[in-house]
Amino acid sequence: MGISSVKKDYLYRLAKEGKRPDGRAFNEYRPIKIERGVINMAEGSARVSIGHTTVLAGIKMDIGEPYPDTPEEGAMSTAVELIPLASPDFESGPPRADAIELSRVVDRGIRESKFIQLEKLCIEPGEKVWIVFIDIHVLDYDGNLFDACSLAASAALMNAKIPNERFEMGEDVPMPLSDPPVSCTFVKYNGAIVVDPSLDEDEAAEARHTIAVDKKGDIRAMQKGLSGSFTVEEIKNNINNARIISKDIRKILEG
Amino acid sequence: MELIKDGKRIDGRAPDELRPIKIEAGPLYRADGSCYLEWGGNKIMAAVYGPKEAIPRHIQDSTKAVINARYNMASFSVEDRKRPGPDRRSQEISKITAEALENVILTEMFPRAVIDVNIEVLDADAGTRCAGITAAAVALADAGIPMRDIPVACAAGKVDGVVVLDLLGDEDKKGDADLPVAIAPRSEEILLLQMDGHMTVEEFDEALELALKGCREISKLQKEALLKKYKTFEEE
Repeated sequence: MGISSVKKDYLYRLAKEGKRPDGRAFNEYRPIKIERGVINMAEGSARVSIGHTTVLAGIKMDIGEPYPDTPEEGAMSTAVELIPLASPDFESGPPRADAIELSRVVDRGIRESKFIQLEKLCIEPGEKVWIVFIDIHVLDYDGNLFDACSLAASAALMNAKIPNERFEMGEDVPMPLSDPPVSCTFVKYNGAIVVDPSLDEDEAAEARHTIAVDKKGDIRAMQKGLSGSFTVEEIKNNINNARIISKDIRKILEG
Repeated sequence: MELIKDGKRIDGRAPDELRPIKIEAGPLYRADGSCYLEWGGNKIMAAVYGPKEAIPRHIQDSTKAVINARYNMASFSVEDRKRPGPDRRSQEISKITAEALENVILTEMFPRAVIDVNIEVLDADAGTRCAGITAAAVALADAGIPMRDIPVACAAGKVDGVVVLDLLGDEDKKGDADLPVAIAPRSEEILLLQMDGHMTVEEFDEALELALKGCREISKLQKEALLKKYKTFEEE
């Protein structure tokens, strides 16, 4: 759909004055709310709100064959559904490039930080392993799905149990996890770079930069998106800001 | 497995008792109207967008609005993960849901428009199509769509030879029959009716009467949820 030129002019003018349409500072995040264990049928689940954006992540597990190159490791798959319930601009049908990029960036943060200890999800080497399905349903889209989906996926995994009972393999046990990645997204429009873009800012954005930071503050995954560009200096600034902001988000996630 | 013992069902309900139901009108920010509904183990979110211009043009009707309902189950809403996207079951439910809702909506007021009704099953424990229609009706009212009535749906069925109201998952799987019904509550006209299993004509009469009784109770809850949202606005 895109943003109207009147609104874009308004955002551009505010940006020049160092302001954002909802009154936040450039490096100020919206309030985050996490509810855990909200879906009975799922192995783990979490509903996450960032401002008015709400997403629901559910974990399902199944037993399958490992990938040939990792015969002693479980497998994971991440899928974000941009369902038409969440926005007048989302259409039904197979996932488009936007949804696929989003799923892959969320997946990369979890995979590269080794958040799920996949080696502990092996049942019989080369034969049987656990497959972890992370499905994320966007319920209300008001900007910054990259961070909302990543946060919901991590919170749902932290809430998940391996369903041994259902597969007649003994008692359910917690998902083997290490420290979660925390994702922090910035967008740039008319020279301003802001964290946690609202819907208007997402639509006005010329360039986007997502950074997944681990507990030590190291970088585990990044994605630059959209047709605009960042200077090297801006990229470094974003990383520094992500390291600071992600500490607060981590407290909420681990709390 | 015995589904009825000493006149009580597996969750302790009497044969003519509904599961607990909680309805919230308007929880979503973006949608024109929305509803969150918990009904036993079911969790449903419904959102309405429109009326808006129907695109592409060939779906337009020059005499009335088109009702586009989409019933969808989240991958994690069922025991064995469901592959994302529509399957034959969800497409059938979407179709009969749209038809049931179209009956009460004053579609002739909005020629060439479309009204999108999105129903997401987030957690499923039998009776999701009835829960979906019940939630969609509240979302339509919340969106201010003109309607002759607020539809409501409820299933009855038969387990262990006994006619019961509002089957839960195990009763649906192991029971003898399932009868989902949607009505326009003021006239009690039937908007949706399906049945599978095996019932005598007498059992059907009894089950339909039970389903109607369930619909009447749920209709009250729908109106309370809408009043709760709009009464708060009045007081502010």
